[in-house]
Amino acid sequence: MIRLEKRPTPSQTWAYLTPLVAVVATMIAGGVLFAFLGKDPIVAIRTIFWDPVFGEFAFYYRGQLLVKAGPLILIAIGLSLGFKAGIWNIGAEGQYIMGAIFGAAVGLAFYPMEARWLIFPLMIVAGALGGFLWAMIPGILKTRFNTNEILVSLLLVYVAESILASMSLGLLRNPEGAGFPGSRNLRQYESAANNELIAGWGMHWGVVAAFIAVIFAYILLSRHIMGFNIRLTGESPRAARFAGVNPNRLILFCLGLSGALAGLAGMFEVAGPAGQISIDFNVGYGFTAIIVAFLGRLHPIGILLAGLLMALTYIGGEAAQASLGLPAAAIQAFQGMLLFFLLAFDVLTNFKVRFGREATV
Amino acid sequence: MDLSINPILLVASLMVASTPILLAAIGEMVVEKVGVLNLGVEGMMIVGAICGFAIAVETGSPAVGFAAAAIGGAILSMLFGFLTQYLLSNQVATGLALTLFGLGLSSLMGQSYVGIKPPSTPKLDIPLLGDIPVLGPMLFSHDLMVYVSLAIVAGVWGFLKYTRGGLILRAVGESHDAAHALGYNVILVRLAAIGFGGACAGLGGAYLSLVRVPQWTEGMTAGAGWIALAIVVFASWRAGRVLLGAYLFGGITVLQLNLQAAGVAIPVELLSMSPYLITILVLVIISSDRNRAALNAPASLGRAFHASS
Amino acid sequence: MTALLSVQGLRKAYPGVVANDDVSFTVGKGEVHALLGENGAGKSTLVKMVYGLVKPDEGQMVFKGDPYTPGSPHEARSTGIAMVFQHFSLFEALDVAENVALGMENPPPMRELAASIREVSETYGLPLDPSRLVGDLSAGERQRVEIIRCLLQDPKLLIMDEPTSVLTPQEVDILFETLRKLQAEGTSILYISHKLEEIRALCDGATILRLGKVVGSCDPRERSARELAEMMVGTELKSPAATRHELGDVSLTLKNLSVKSANPFGTSLKNVSFDVREGEVLGIGGVAGNGQDELLGALSGELRTAPDAVQLKGQPIGHLGPNQRRSLGVLAAPEERLGHAAAPDMSLVENAALSGWVRMDMVRNGFIDWTMARNFAEKVIADYDVRTPGSANAARALSGGNLQKFVIGREILQKPDILVVNQPTWGVDASAAAFIRQAILDLAAGGAAVVCISQDLDELMEISNRFAALNEGRLSEPRPARGLTIDEIGLMMGGAHGMEVAHIHEEEGAL
Repeated sequence: MIRLEKRPTPSQTWAYLTPLVAVVATMIAGGVLFAFLGKDPIVAIRTIFWDPVFGEFAFYYRGQLLVKAGPLILIAIGLSLGFKAGIWNIGAEGQYIMGAIFGAAVGLAFYPMEARWLIFPLMIVAGALGGFLWAMIPGILKTRFNTNEILVSLLLVYVAESILASMSLGLLRNPEGAGFPGSRNLRQYESAANNELIAGWGMHWGVVAAFIAVIFAYILLSRHIMGFNIRLTGESPRAARFAGVNPNRLILFCLGLSGALAGLAGMFEVAGPAGQISIDFNVGYGFTAIIVAFLGRLHPIGILLAGLLMALTYIGGEAAQASLGLPAAAIQAFQGMLLFFLLAFDVLTNFKVRFGREATV
Repeated sequence: MDLSINPILLVASLMVASTPILLAAIGEMVVEKVGVLNLGVEGMMIVGAICGFAIAVETGSPAVGFAAAAIGGAILSMLFGFLTQYLLSNQVATGLALTLFGLGLSSLMGQSYVGIKPPSTPKLDIPLLGDIPVLGPMLFSHDLMVYVSLAIVAGVWGFLKYTRGGLILRAVGESHDAAHALGYNVILVRLAAIGFGGACAGLGGAYLSLVRVPQWTEGMTAGAGWIALAIVVFASWRAGRVLLGAYLFGGITVLQLNLQAAGVAIPVELLSMSPYLITILVLVIISSDRNRAALNAPASLGRAFHASS
Repeated sequence: MTALLSVQGLRKAYPGVVANDDVSFTVGKGEVHALLGENGAGKSTLVKMVYGLVKPDEGQMVFKGDPYTPGSPHEARSTGIAMVFQHFSLFEALDVAENVALGMENPPPMRELAASIREVSETYGLPLDPSRLVGDLSAGERQRVEIIRCLLQDPKLLIMDEPTSVLTPQEVDILFETLRKLQAEGTSILYISHKLEEIRALCDGATILRLGKVVGSCDPRERSARELAEMMVGTELKSPAATRHELGDVSLTLKNLSVKSANPFGTSLKNVSFDVREGEVLGIGGVAGNGQDELLGALSGELRTAPDAVQLKGQPIGHLGPNQRRSLGVLAAPEERLGHAAAPDMSLVENAALSGWVRMDMVRNGFIDWTMARNFAEKVIADYDVRTPGSANAARALSGGNLQKFVIGREILQKPDILVVNQPTWGVDASAAAFIRQAILDLAAGGAAVVCISQDLDELMEISNRFAALNEGRLSEPRPARGLTIDEIGLMMGGAHGMEVAHIHEEEGAL
């Protein structure tokens, strides 16, 4: 019989080790899954995790790594602050869409004016504002009416998707696009484009923003009283009240910040890699970022690494799709599996597992 | 404005549109009554949808398909149960993981079933009742699952209110420590409820893919699982009000689809987002009464249980 | 007297502690047997083994002459053993009848059950309405639910874990009447307590536990309370010494404070008024759940009130939050150590910063100076004799007494002008409790005003200048503690709360 014994103090060793154990376990379970699909598991795992970084076509994939990791990290950093405090914003996908729409709308409004010094910063502000406002809806409903923020933020994703469809078919549609849905391509509009800063690296302003967010979150959590309040609220809401934390202000802060960061990610994406507002603009970064946040153990540095790893599974997955015919959905299942294993092994941080006679009934 | 909406057809299609959410919501209500918050409803529904669809196509029997969907949903829920009850993982995170994993797994399983027509689920021909004018076609000319879902709601209501099992279930959700002290096996009771919730969500998903749509497309649940979760809150954890909430939501969905078809001068996007907006609105109204919401919610909801004594 | 339950060499070890070691005792038929011991002596673990909640590592039990190895409480109940818990095993959102049914092996249909609840509750003087929600009942009434649940099963042995901690003195008397009737009917009672006078008044035999081992057994009626206490604690007891000093001006004033509880089953405060002078300790007694948490919240700033309802030296502070009050010198130490006064998984350094950062000036421009926080935590640990390997340890790793010393020390070292404490020595061993009481007295001697909320009347009588009691959210008029009789205190706490003496007159002669 297996039983769990609570550790007097959470184990630091296991806190660092569980993500690694989870990744290894997922590779094994994923290998079984791929074998089940009739693919050679070793080849599939190598294609996903090794080739994009060290393989023959690594020069192409390496750039892609930062392109995918940027938005994931940016969103996950925001989410992790809320998750730490027990505030569950799971609608980052919607905030990401709204940030993109706001940012693109500002850029397109100035078209074809040439003034990058004005337009691009304005777009950044608008993108953050779009995500912020969208996240304020569950925030205000939660603080004013005690409405569950999980459900509201998630349901708003579907609303945002409807707005996205409406925008790409109507208001923001390219007037010179021959009636096809989708906006003008912002990458071809010099003043609004978020292009690569160093060719071939995949480094754009969104990636820079992600790195800044990592540093910002690290300092916030380890040194600032706000970060302390966030951690305290997550640990023990009643102790936080005793420590003078205003729960409503904290909810608005966490939701607003995560919304703004998701909105920024959306704006950088629409002005850069995606290029335009279109019906299928969002590809699920807002949801994958939830996995990234947990895989990074809600720690900024962890999230940085987890974001890169998750980006790797995206790219490796595409490569495996091309070379092995591995279905795209397999990667999604693979990512979900990773989160499962992480949550399962997390028990080791707070509990000792003992094998032997059952002690309690 | 041409409002050529037939009220008989409206009610009839309302019942069909509501059934998937009703099934998922009544299952989740039982899970929450026992003190567990499973946010994986969406994932269990979509896995149920593909399990039911695939098995129905392979066997040619929708009934076998529905059974497979219930089993599929229950298996997936056991994964959640094992993690949250034995490994004491965070219920919110694990539920989200279940949804994300379920979405991926289902599209993987559904690769070869895209674009296929499932065997049709026969409509019951209820003699006498079905022949009543107006009411007959409205209420008594559906497939068996519609009535099964109503029977499950009635069964859950009776079980919770009148049986000892129901009393124990509510007691565990109210205070797992007290239930443990009296010698009830908290984990076992919870696992049973989680499994029931998974089976119901699976059935709901299969109803989508086999009857309501009927075909398989990736991500076809489109938030139905989340709406089911919202309906449980709306219903204040009462079986009768789950039925009301699900039918209300079904009615809105059918009405907006009818309005879209009728070409009413409301933007299509606004109509298609209306079910989500109305769900949010209802959530706000229900939860704004803090005292009542707190009184009805099971007191141990979402808290991990570890027998330390 | 023939033996009903005999326990031989029971042992139970948990990682790092041996809760019970070679424990043996016997309960005779119709005997009221006391298990006496300090907090942490292993009384609760012992009765959990008898009740089938915990399996012993070693040892045997014999019940009515047969070997007895309960695998679960269900088995214990069907053998004839019932238990009234200290922290009730009740469900607030369920009604009385449902709660009773959950504790029975084969409950009759609800209608019949309700009728027998009425009948039994009348017979034993514990009136109870089966259709009421348990969440709406007072602590004393909740205990009746537990007792009736046991009585309906006609137990041979009734285990009671600290039953009087939630009762007023008058209610205790009535409970004892009920227990004596039961005894007269031939029911044995295993009575767990650390209150010596009670045991001397009620029990025929006593087994004394210290640190998990039996250190003696006796007839408590033949020993003095002092002797029993020294067997229990193992050393001579030293009472805290209150220095007599002059009181200063009025420091804290409550004026018609009314505040709604945040908890749906909580008690709202109604028109609470008092004032406390510099150097004074105001003791506030009362049965748990009569507004203690709410009073602490209203004083600490967690619950906001009308500005004038709480005044510091005449200045309104009712609208201020906890940190604004801290900077004015109003500090508090809540009852719940883990999860309210301290965050369980955070280190002692972080927990020192939790309530200390405002007054100890640890935050500059929003950034926390962790070196200052560590120094403060280490000062608390050193000055208050907190036993821990270091300040980096998590709060939950400390024993109850050590964490309580840390929490009280953390507030007192911030030199408060007003300190509000709730249950400062609850669940704490005798030496730590004496230490904490002395620290509170020293603080008052230094000129601070102290409000001490507690359910331990002996403690309040020992340290308070004046005493008042909370009853259903109302506070009695404070009176000088010296010279108050136990009857007067009981009436301030609400008297018997509708309890009545048991009605089985024909059994009277059997005593």
